Amino acid sequence: MTVITDALCPFCGCLCDDLTIVVEDNKITDVKQACKLGTAKIMGHHRIKAPMMRKDKNSEFTEVSYEEAINEAAKILSNSKRPLLYGWASSVCEAHKKGILLAEELGAIIDNTATVCHAPSTLAVHEKGLPSATLGQIKNRADVIVFWGSNPVHAHPRHMGRYSVFAKGLFTEKGRKGRKVIVVDVRKTETANMADEFVQVQQGSDYLVVSALRSILSGHADVVPDTVGGVPKEQLIKIVEVLKTAKFVSIFFGMGLTQSKSMYKNIDNAISLTFELNSFTKCVITPMRGHYNVTGFGQVCAWETGYATAVDFARGAPYYNPGETAANDVLLRKETDAAMIIAGDAGAHFPADSVRHLARIPVVQIDPYWNPTTEVSNVVIPVAICGVEVAGTAYRMDGVSLRMRKMVEPAHPPDTEILEKITERVRELRGE
Amino acid sequence: MTLNAILITGRTINQGATIENKTSLDYQEATAYCELNPKDIGILGISPGSCVSVTTDHGDVVVKLKENKGNPDGLAFIPMGPWANAVVNPDTRGCGMPGFKGIPSRIEPTEKKVLSMKELIARYK
Repeated sequence: MTVITDALCPFCGCLCDDLTIVVEDNKITDVKQACKLGTAKIMGHHRIKAPMMRKDKNSEFTEVSYEEAINEAAKILSNSKRPLLYGWASSVCEAHKKGILLAEELGAIIDNTATVCHAPSTLAVHEKGLPSATLGQIKNRADVIVFWGSNPVHAHPRHMGRYSVFAKGLFTEKGRKGRKVIVVDVRKTETANMADEFVQVQQGSDYLVVSALRSILSGHADVVPDTVGGVPKEQLIKIVEVLKTAKFVSIFFGMGLTQSKSMYKNIDNAISLTFELNSFTKCVITPMRGHYNVTGFGQVCAWETGYATAVDFARGAPYYNPGETAANDVLLRKETDAAMIIAGDAGAHFPADSVRHLARIPVVQIDPYWNPTTEVSNVVIPVAICGVEVAGTAYRMDGVSLRMRKMVEPAHPPDTEILEKITERVRELRGE
Repeated sequence: MTLNAILITGRTINQGATIENKTSLDYQEATAYCELNPKDIGILGISPGSCVSVTTDHGDVVVKLKENKGNPDGLAFIPMGPWANAVVNPDTRGCGMPGFKGIPSRIEPTEKKVLSMKELIARYK
């Protein structure tokens, strides 16, 4: 029996680094300290055993060798005029680097799961920057915590305990008792139930509510109507007072802002509010990132190409324009004529019309698990699970890089190896 | 009876705990449902656990009805996943992000059954 202490969790952007993993005969038998999400992932589920292929998407798969599957994947990608390489968030940075190289070789579009998550936040950061802090700073200093359009009880279960609401730190030794918690949401979530102040906004009205807070903060409460986006003016005035008089405000935001009407403009406005609060006190803002290494893909892609996501190599040099080059843009325009989906599940998390187009074109899937993307794939290559069976680098939601540990020996190759082999084969097929 | 509601989609703990196990019944149970508050369920005249069809301008899907007292009137929630995505707005509105929240929808009781993940994706082939 081996006991691994201080192991990292490969589920959400919290990247909890205090797990204890018990391994017996190369099998994980116990996971301690992890939440329900992390435990489920680390304990594991039914896996795809061997590579599989099929010509017709309505027929059954036939098991093939890794060599055959890699060869077919390389053929599909090199025959494509407008390939899309999508996913990446459940993989480590070492795989991202290989993937970006393959995209460049192919003249492909490379996009990651942020496209249905925090990509609008990236657009807002282009406009305004991001006054942020590490989760360590927030744990040790923040006395007012705001969750806006984010439900950590469900999506980041240990966030409140480790980094925000309940965490005890150097200047926050009282933990929850020394903090005020504000939750802004369209419905009364379990997170809202724990708040000192719950602000219920009408769906799609976040931009208006942020604007009203900014008006009050800048001394123009007189222009704010009696209710804004369903929120009474008195409550908005009270919140501004709480924010202004705090020692350190930390705003966390989620899909409630990025996916609601106004999308990236919601974040743009929230960042402006954060800047303006810094005239009165210290205030920081942080996106609640979903997958454990979705932040890492943005980092690697930015240092390799200059852009964080939705990068188009068709012109021979990186080009980026979400709305034109993001995964759903090219699928909905039926521009993509072949796709490789890796460490992300477009079949489950893209709108029906995008999945319909994936069902019409050749698709290569690289993933440990059978999921809706498998259902629309022609070539399926199973790989080891990063962060459980493969070590590597991942970035926490606050941009801190951490080293994921290997807990058990894999029965499948890592995705870095598959990507290297596909790239080699693509070069051979092109006679390079 | 029919209910007009604004649909939002999002994460839940059980959706997350079954996300790597999408061929399982557990995943279907964790994601193929629609939450409404008791008043809106009263308008539909059926009880939680019954099947409802959710129709938008972008598609339709059958899911189970669930109660959530935290929802305001006229707000429906379906966990993110293939059932929700059968009806979300694909338009990326110039920033790459489809409309996963704020979709006008029509909710009605139905005799139809919830499709399995494989049956649902087979509709797209």
